[in-house]
Amino acid sequence: MIDLTINTDLAIKILTGFIKTELNRVGFEKTLMGVSGGIDSAVSLYLSAIALGPENVLALRMPYKTSSPETLSDAQLIIDDLGVQSMTIEITDMVDPLINFYEDMSKVRAGNIMARMRMIVLYDQSVPFKGLVMGTSNKTELLLGYSTIFGDSAAALQPIGDLYKTQVRQLAKELGIPEKIIQKPPSADLWQGQTDEGDLGFTYEDVDKLLFLLVDQRYRPETCIEEGFALNFVERVMKMMRKNHFKRVMPPIAKLSQRTIGYDFLYLRDWGT
Amino acid sequence: MKIKIALAQFNTKLGDIQANLEKHLATIQEAKSQEADLLIFPELSLTGYALQDLVVTTALRPHQADPVFSELLRASKEIDLMIGFVHEDRRHRFYIASAYLSDGKISHIHNKVYLPTYGMFDEGRYFAWGDSVRAFNTRFGRVGMLICEDFWHASLPYLLWLDGADILLFASASPGRGLNQDPRLSSSEWVEHTNRAYAGMFTTFVAHANRVGYEDGLNFWGGSTIYDPNGDLVIRAPDFTEALTVADIDLNQLHRTRARLPLLRDERTSLVQHELERILGNYD
Repeated sequence: MIDLTINTDLAIKILTGFIKTELNRVGFEKTLMGVSGGIDSAVSLYLSAIALGPENVLALRMPYKTSSPETLSDAQLIIDDLGVQSMTIEITDMVDPLINFYEDMSKVRAGNIMARMRMIVLYDQSVPFKGLVMGTSNKTELLLGYSTIFGDSAAALQPIGDLYKTQVRQLAKELGIPEKIIQKPPSADLWQGQTDEGDLGFTYEDVDKLLFLLVDQRYRPETCIEEGFALNFVERVMKMMRKNHFKRVMPPIAKLSQRTIGYDFLYLRDWGT
Repeated sequence: MKIKIALAQFNTKLGDIQANLEKHLATIQEAKSQEADLLIFPELSLTGYALQDLVVTTALRPHQADPVFSELLRASKEIDLMIGFVHEDRRHRFYIASAYLSDGKISHIHNKVYLPTYGMFDEGRYFAWGDSVRAFNTRFGRVGMLICEDFWHASLPYLLWLDGADILLFASASPGRGLNQDPRLSSSEWVEHTNRAYAGMFTTFVAHANRVGYEDGLNFWGGSTIYDPNGDLVIRAPDFTEALTVADIDLNQLHRTRARLPLLRDERTSLVQHELERILGNYD
């Protein structure tokens, strides 16, 4: 029996404390984040609004011309529900010159350009807003590497990075996020009709159970197969985790000296605070 | 004899000894105003927990002339103190340590014996392993101090019990982990069950101060407790928030519990010694 049930009250207590403490200790009161109308950014937005007060939270909608109108209206739904500050900055005119510069531009390249432009807009707005950029990545996508490096993965804090997608859904229910947002198929919305589960070729429900065994419970891959997971599914997930590990670590520095950042120069980010 | 024990469940500034010292002194004032006899601070209370390369720059040599210890020793003339710090010994080895201060003197220093170096923990990389565990005399009787992982091993509380400790003083900076469907983290449940078990099995008092706050992504849950020799909860601090938790303990409870339940009297130490010698001497 694989049980991914979490105590949502306890999770909210720990995560709102984390957001408030980790911002305040470095001199910030405010946060901003991209809000897509999806469940991950919704949960991060609700947690931030509880932690800091809605007046200290800025939700940015950053549509591209192909973005579905539904993402904008769903984002507006939660912005209105919380009473957080909001801005809409369309990225079409920013990214199209680069996308159109090449004739052989692929969907994936264009998607990465959009994700990185949203990062630039967020980090730019963080200066006048005097806030830190909140991450919205969950554990499932971090482990699978289902993100754009230096794009949606760029953030100051990752409050939901240790919760699987199915656990984020539990949290969303407890936070009172509209059912429509919880129920709709997760999508990066980088091109029309894109869905996470279509891209990945498996459901979050299934992969979360497998990841929970492999990562949290330290099962051997062969034991997962004995437990009923398909061989090619287990192999594919293992490979995705390994191949995308570079997205989860800082770039390695070539060691030359007696003391090198990352190897023997080690401090928490909270050093001195 | 009744004594008032205070548990300083607080947050620290990582690597900022001066700020943490000031917080200690303010907490001592508060405990004194509540007429506490003994105030217990969490593990590494003067420095913060995940020090990494800050270990060598935050280490202290505990003696009268040290500017940090001199202030704490002065404060200890009116209230006994258990302080958490990085201890640099004469040979420049660094330990996670707790010092017991009373009447302006250092009564005892315990260097953490068990350094977790697995999972998220990396203490063995930065610290030397303590190599002794001793009970010691205070104005409240004989006590013993342990630090976090020390009391995840049954051997150390057991040795302190045999060495005469009737009050076990535990300090920790324990990162919370193990979110599941239960209302508390599995790590906090585990520690509380274990502390209760020590109190009941050793018919002693167990007072535990755990810190709160965050260091990067780590949370510290607090939930400091005191258990009596029956294994009953005397007091529990709230989870996740700073608190100075003060409770009376009645040392006469030792008489009453041990009259009913003579586990200490009946403990067959020579059998333990004999069997340990057999077990450790015979590797085949």
